[in-house]
Amino acid sequence: MTELRGGDRGWDELRAQLREWRAAIDRILPSWWGRGVAVLAIVIGIVLPFAFSSNSGFIDATIKALSLAVMSLGLNIVVGFAGLLDLGYVAFFALGAYSLGWFGSDFFFKAHVHVGVAGVAATETGIHLNFLLILVAAAVICAIAGTIIGLPTLRLRGDYIAIVTLAFGEIIGEVAVNGTDIHLGGGMTLTAGNLGISAVDLPYFPGIGHFNLLELRPWYWLILAILFLVLFVNVRLRDSRLGRAWIALREDEVAAVSMGIPLVKTKLQAYAIGAAFGGMSGAFIGAYFTTVNASQFQFGFSVLILSMVIIGGIGSIWGAVVGGLLLGYINYWLLPDVLNNAPSKIGLNFQLTSVQFGIYGFLLVLVMVLRPQGLIPERRRKLEMTGAIAPEAGDSELAEPVPEMNIGAVE
Amino acid sequence: MSVSENGGALMEAQHLVKEFGGLVAVDDVSIDIPNHSIVSIIGPNGAGKTTVFNMLTGLYKPTAGRIALGGRNVTRMRPDQITSLGVARTFQNIRLFGAMTAVENVIVGRHARMRAGVFGSIVRAPWVRREERAVVARARELLAYVGLRESVFDQLAAQLSYGDQRRVEVARALASEPKLLLLDEPTAGMNPNESAALTQFMRKLRDELELTILLIEHDMKVVMGVSERVTVLDHGTKIAEGPPDEVRHDARVIEAYLGTAA
Repeated sequence: MTELRGGDRGWDELRAQLREWRAAIDRILPSWWGRGVAVLAIVIGIVLPFAFSSNSGFIDATIKALSLAVMSLGLNIVVGFAGLLDLGYVAFFALGAYSLGWFGSDFFFKAHVHVGVAGVAATETGIHLNFLLILVAAAVICAIAGTIIGLPTLRLRGDYIAIVTLAFGEIIGEVAVNGTDIHLGGGMTLTAGNLGISAVDLPYFPGIGHFNLLELRPWYWLILAILFLVLFVNVRLRDSRLGRAWIALREDEVAAVSMGIPLVKTKLQAYAIGAAFGGMSGAFIGAYFTTVNASQFQFGFSVLILSMVIIGGIGSIWGAVVGGLLLGYINYWLLPDVLNNAPSKIGLNFQLTSVQFGIYGFLLVLVMVLRPQGLIPERRRKLEMTGAIAPEAGDSELAEPVPEMNIGAVE
Repeated sequence: MSVSENGGALMEAQHLVKEFGGLVAVDDVSIDIPNHSIVSIIGPNGAGKTTVFNMLTGLYKPTAGRIALGGRNVTRMRPDQITSLGVARTFQNIRLFGAMTAVENVIVGRHARMRAGVFGSIVRAPWVRREERAVVARARELLAYVGLRESVFDQLAAQLSYGDQRRVEVARALASEPKLLLLDEPTAGMNPNESAALTQFMRKLRDELELTILLIEHDMKVVMGVSERVTVLDHGTKIAEGPPDEVRHDARVIEAYLGTAA
């Protein structure tokens, strides 16, 4: 079992040493340490914006990174928990964003619906719901859409799910572009295509007033609250009857269904919950970017979110957060604000933002080579990947029962 | 010959046929499983035993035929539905969830008897907490019942010894509170002592938990010692059925299956 190759010996010793130190540190630290660190992280998270000006570029990037982390957590339920490779997650970004466009602007100009809004939004034509209601609507719409897409899709296995979800992602993207030709009557159309639904309502909360784009702190706290909510749901689901059912299905579908786990229903639940979170984040991004534009919903976005999950560690909740924040910061801060002109300084004639997908690809390769289980690996996935357990290897010897008083073996 | 004429059958399978493409794996097989009995299916490799099992548990849909459980037609039901109606099984080549502990495996086995859904799990209402506590206690109880040492309860299933894995698989099946337990070659890979112990254990299961057991078995000593009734399959058809002694002396069985060994 512990067969060491020569080159690995140094590493293994180092790892053993690190493990020892870690155990020693664990002994010294009081039992409330883990909880204490979590509380500290939350407090720092909450007060962070006071360290920056109210419209700082860093806070702007953080808000965007957090919204991507929410998406990453949602996709982690689908890909990580339930083991369904979803390449069309952008569909739920789109539906969430359109929920905002439909229910938080004057886009449906023949309607006059106003719920919990103030200012211009309370008198304008169109449907204007309070942002919290829009978040709920986005989650519900995406969960329903996830169920409809999932019902035929999740009967398939493995790679086929990936292909069909990819197709659905593309379909939704195309519908978004061509929605200008889908007439709903009264001159209203389904989407505004590449023109975009602009002038969407800014979130409004009684007592706080309207959000605006010069004071970014409320946006930050709103997306942070959404992140905490999604984190909480992730943790609770992982350690539940449903969470165990997902692991069981991931490991062995035949055994799982024989234990009374309904295959399609259990997978659908994962898909619908993941979709709902994608939708919530989508609605937030729509509001923050103040536009819902069909050109936002590209296949590359699905890949970006999937990369976050993989780099963080498939199935790992904290991995999804770290992966999401990491790529989010790289995407919205490091490349455009910090390093964008770095190539010109060494005499090269391009900007880093124009090669960003190449950079993500390079990072993905780097992680896959150096740390295939991800930055913060999930316990079980780590076992599956490092070969500490070998689910298939055992089968071959067990498939051949040792013929002991066994006349069945006489063919 | 038939014990169950007066409605004592827990499961009745009538005229089961299963075709894979052009291949007829099971051809017109009927089996009655009386309440609180131990019934065996034997036959040479490839006779269609496991295919019958897979039809009875819903993994395969029969090409033709009808399966009734306690008088209820379950022919077209999904495996999880059949499990929740009280049928549990083990597998010929142990299929535990390797990255889960022994206890977790048994907890998964209880899935059909638990109620917590999406919202219950997120909110973790008091009844969900109670359910979680109860299921862990029950799982440990069952593992002790099948004779697993307590020191390995929280070890990963993949790291358990072969014999312990078999035990966990039985505990996992029992967790769903079955009326009918299907064991697919439970003594495979066991030595004569272990097989004898398992024979005793099957009797104990039937008497203490009031189970009915359907067994696929190669070990004739186990089959003859434990079963009230034996069904013999060969090339997908039933060639004999009856009490062990009768089957042992059946001319067709000796010819088709036992060969010169009898």
